[in-house]
Amino acid sequence: MAMVQIGHYISDSLFLGFVIGIPLYGACRRVRVFDVFVDGARESIPIMVKVFPYLLAMIVAIGMFRASGGFELISGLLSPLLGWIGMPTEVFPMALMRPFSGSASNSLLVDIIQHYGPNSLSSQIAATMTGSTETTFYVLAVYFGVVGVRHTRHAVPVGLLADVVGILSAVWVCRWLLT
Amino acid sequence: MLNSIWIGLVFLSIIISFFTGKTDAVIAAVTDNAKFAFEMALGITGVMAFWLGIMAIAEKSGLILLFAKAIRPILRFLFPEVPEDHPAMGSIVMNMAANMLGLVNAATPFGLKAMEELEQLNDKPGTATNAMVTFLAINTSSVQLIPTTAIAFLAAAGAKQPTAIIATTVIATIFSTITAITAVKIFEKLPRYRLRSE
Repeated sequence: MAMVQIGHYISDSLFLGFVIGIPLYGACRRVRVFDVFVDGARESIPIMVKVFPYLLAMIVAIGMFRASGGFELISGLLSPLLGWIGMPTEVFPMALMRPFSGSASNSLLVDIIQHYGPNSLSSQIAATMTGSTETTFYVLAVYFGVVGVRHTRHAVPVGLLADVVGILSAVWVCRWLLT
Repeated sequence: MLNSIWIGLVFLSIIISFFTGKTDAVIAAVTDNAKFAFEMALGITGVMAFWLGIMAIAEKSGLILLFAKAIRPILRFLFPEVPEDHPAMGSIVMNMAANMLGLVNAATPFGLKAMEELEQLNDKPGTATNAMVTFLAINTSSVQLIPTTAIAFLAAAGAKQPTAIIATTVIATIFSTITAITAVKIFEKLPRYRLRSE
């Protein structure tokens, strides 16, 4: 449990470092911190107004695909590959979901932890994967949305390649370090 | 590309649902997720307002400039097209710092601001610049050093050593980030993806 507390302690102090440290530093440099904070915070609403339609389009399309059972279908088709790369079968649906949806892949992570135990290799691989990959499609849609970019060039192939490497490394690094 | 992915998802989900018998679920998913998207947007807007406020203070007090100077050689290699003193560099630095520390909620507002500032340097609106794609490649490869969410899930379930995944995450993240940066630098020169000057 000591390690958990240290982990919490580190992330809490980092958080506080941002939330207290930055305004404190500003005040020392004679910045009118309250006025500047409010001006900065005001930008949030125009950004969300621009981003929302992209967010909505992506969330609805991914939600429909998930409800149709599409992810299970793909995971069934690709399962013969898993033995070859050394990925436990139960981790695969999460790996597949990860580039599309953070909340869905997080709930799959919780499922894996509950079902196979928090100390199992599968749980550790899945947890590592969460940190070493991103919700690529969500990030691309929203970040390009805010500036109205339609021609995304090499962004999709690069993002997916990074996810594949992040997923494979998670499997191999966990097998190497934790077994 | 996003166009074909989007229509692909929508079209395939209908077709697949005919075979899996989940057509009702797909129809329900449309309304449910549209509602969820708005609720999520409201939540993000609040958190984003807070972090953009903090960032404005960091900017005004010269803190961001200090960070940016410290990692200037890296920034110059990654974003050769962006002038060193451009505001985009500051937002990029804040986004990377937040990502590395696992402050996911803070990373998004900084990242969106970075995109808007990179857009000011874009002479072909509607087309992504090299700097934008590089920035997103680093973002989507995830540069997380402290996987706060995953540690919390493991700890909550009573794992013996939930922080054991910090080491594995850092190593896996290094691999995916190196891949992303290498790929982005190679792909941007390929004829298929090169910026065309008309």
